[in-house]
Amino acid sequence: MFYREAGQYKTNYKDDLATFPILQDRIAIGIYLVIAFVAIPIFGNDFFINSMMIPFLIFTLAAIGLNILTGYTGQLSLGTGAFMGVGAYACYKMTTIFPDINIIILVVLSGVFSAGIGAIFGLPSLRIKGFYLVVTTLAAQFFLEWCFIRIPWLYNYNISGAIEVPQREIMGVIITGASASPTARYLVVLSVVVVMTWIASNIIQGRIGRSWMMIRDMDIAAELMGVRPLQAKLSAFAVSSFYCGVAGAMMVFFWLGAAEVESFDVNQSFRILFMVVLGGLGSLVGCYMGAAFIWMLPIMITIAPSIFGLDINAATVEHINFMMIGGLIIFFLIMEPHGLARLWSLAKQKLRVWPFPY
Amino acid sequence: MNAHVNQNSVSAIDNIAKGDVLLQVDNISLSFGGVKAITDISFDIRKGEIRAIIGPNGAGKTSMLNVINGFYHPQEGTISFMGQQRTKMRPYVAASQGISRTFQNVALFSGMSTLDNIMAGRCLKMHKSFFWQIFRHGPALDEEIEHRKVVEDIIEFLEIEHIRKDPVGALPYGLQKRVELARALAAEPILLLLDEPMAGMNLEEKEDMSRFIIEVNEQFGTTIALIEHDMGVVMDLADRVVVLDYGKKIADGKPAEVQADQNVIDAYLGVAH
Ligand SMILES: Nc1ncnc2c1ncn2[C@@H]1O[C@H](COP(=O)(O)OP(=O)(O)OP(=O)(O)O)[C@@H](O)[C@H]1O
Ligand SMILES: [Mg+2]
Repeated sequence: MFYREAGQYKTNYKDDLATFPILQDRIAIGIYLVIAFVAIPIFGNDFFINSMMIPFLIFTLAAIGLNILTGYTGQLSLGTGAFMGVGAYACYKMTTIFPDINIIILVVLSGVFSAGIGAIFGLPSLRIKGFYLVVTTLAAQFFLEWCFIRIPWLYNYNISGAIEVPQREIMGVIITGASASPTARYLVVLSVVVVMTWIASNIIQGRIGRSWMMIRDMDIAAELMGVRPLQAKLSAFAVSSFYCGVAGAMMVFFWLGAAEVESFDVNQSFRILFMVVLGGLGSLVGCYMGAAFIWMLPIMITIAPSIFGLDINAATVEHINFMMIGGLIIFFLIMEPHGLARLWSLAKQKLRVWPFPY
Repeated sequence: MNAHVNQNSVSAIDNIAKGDVLLQVDNISLSFGGVKAITDISFDIRKGEIRAIIGPNGAGKTSMLNVINGFYHPQEGTISFMGQQRTKMRPYVAASQGISRTFQNVALFSGMSTLDNIMAGRCLKMHKSFFWQIFRHGPALDEEIEHRKVVEDIIEFLEIEHIRKDPVGALPYGLQKRVELARALAAEPILLLLDEPMAGMNLEEKEDMSRFIIEVNEQFGTTIALIEHDMGVVMDLADRVVVLDYGKKIADGKPAEVQADQNVIDAYLGVAH
């Protein structure tokens, strides 16, 4: 009843082209931002911020990256984990080589590296499609993993093979390393993710995003309308990998503190893919939903029994988790390929006409 | 730079008088492995006319359009568009020269709205760089608004205001065909190729579509190549007709001449060759 576009007439195209044309949506976004930037840092405890919010945001960013490629451009990839790794290792190397440069700048720059690598591994997409493209991205995944192990220069010849995050600060506040507070790290991650979501939404709604979707929906017609497949696909690979790279760098620098190649393996690729599928292909909101669902559900399942005084061992929890995620993925692939985001918009659609659906 | 390209093509088209040859195909042959789709076909399309291409199923009509817009590369023959002979070209180059088309089997961008599909037709006219796209304010938004206005004019022209925001996948077939025409028009083509724009439509829809085609031709001066099976429509719309059968050209001329041609009658009645 309160969610209406009635009465909100748009008198010019500019308003109609706004990202959130409906007033209530704009208010809701404002409320979410206040909660995220103000309420959570004040009221959230360290566990909630460190183990739930930070990884949720970082995975959301990686999911946006994959969604740009898969959901918006129609190119399926299993190399997400490795592209995140490129960002992480690039960021690590740059902190060693340029210790004085602001860490946020380095995180963004590391995205440029993975964008380049992503574009190179995107080249085969010009010739091959579907299943065969998946196989080449998988090859990229394994090749890059191999590099992360076999090129000791990448981890500064560290005996353990791990990259360890040095301490860095901005404006006197420590934001990376062991002594950085969860809240400080959370606020950095949140800011980056919010800005990058806004940018993704801008690109998607504009000329370039449209060319991606044209390629996705009907590549022949796209080419006959003047889209160059090379430009469209490679730009999608590059932008997608940029997002994944920044997510990977943030994962190590603002969450894990140290990482080995396992953090960027094919399981990671699958995890991000599941987030995208569950949240909704071709939806930015869906990336948030999918990441929240896949990251938070296991934690809920772990915590819930103890709240009710039940004692379930960790292995059982893990099995339940696997089964639920697996079941949901199958359910969504069959029933609703556009994921949670579509369910959400259907609910809003119903709300819009409620209580008189006709 | 792009403005220059536009100016060039505009002046190039202005140099061709109405009724002069716009597109010339000479001795085109196209085969797929052993299958000869087109054998030694020559004809021309003149500026400002509606040129029908007709023939029985499998005659090679669609293949001919695919050759014209660079999707198929013929083994033999030459094509020249606006006086320029061209060799193998990619479809997006043909598009940038002003050739636009619709498809026999609707080929809309099914995951996008009507509006976005038509905006997609303008992608060659939009140039604001990646940098501006990131912000979606200033130049990029201005550009978007400017093109949105053109798209709204087309939407109004084709009377599809009511489905503006609908996803095209869910539209009835007749409307999908109309959106496809809108998308092709959005590119402001010099030469518009229409592959069976009225197939599967009822009488009323056909009448609407005929009216739109005539208006496009008369109001915008767009040259049109039209593939159509409905002879009544062809007789009404076309200035000249080329008839294909089994990949060969069997007749070429005014609708009435072609209709009276013995070869054409035989082809349509399926007389043995
Ligand atoms: N990509 C292709 N590969 C192989 N053969 C093809 C291909 N495209 C067309 N052909 C063949 O070329 C011949 C002409 O086909 P085309 O689609 O041009 O006919 P058409 O005149 O458009 O027929 P219709 O009226 O049924 O649309 C047919 O024998 C067809 O099988
Ligand atoms: Mg055909």
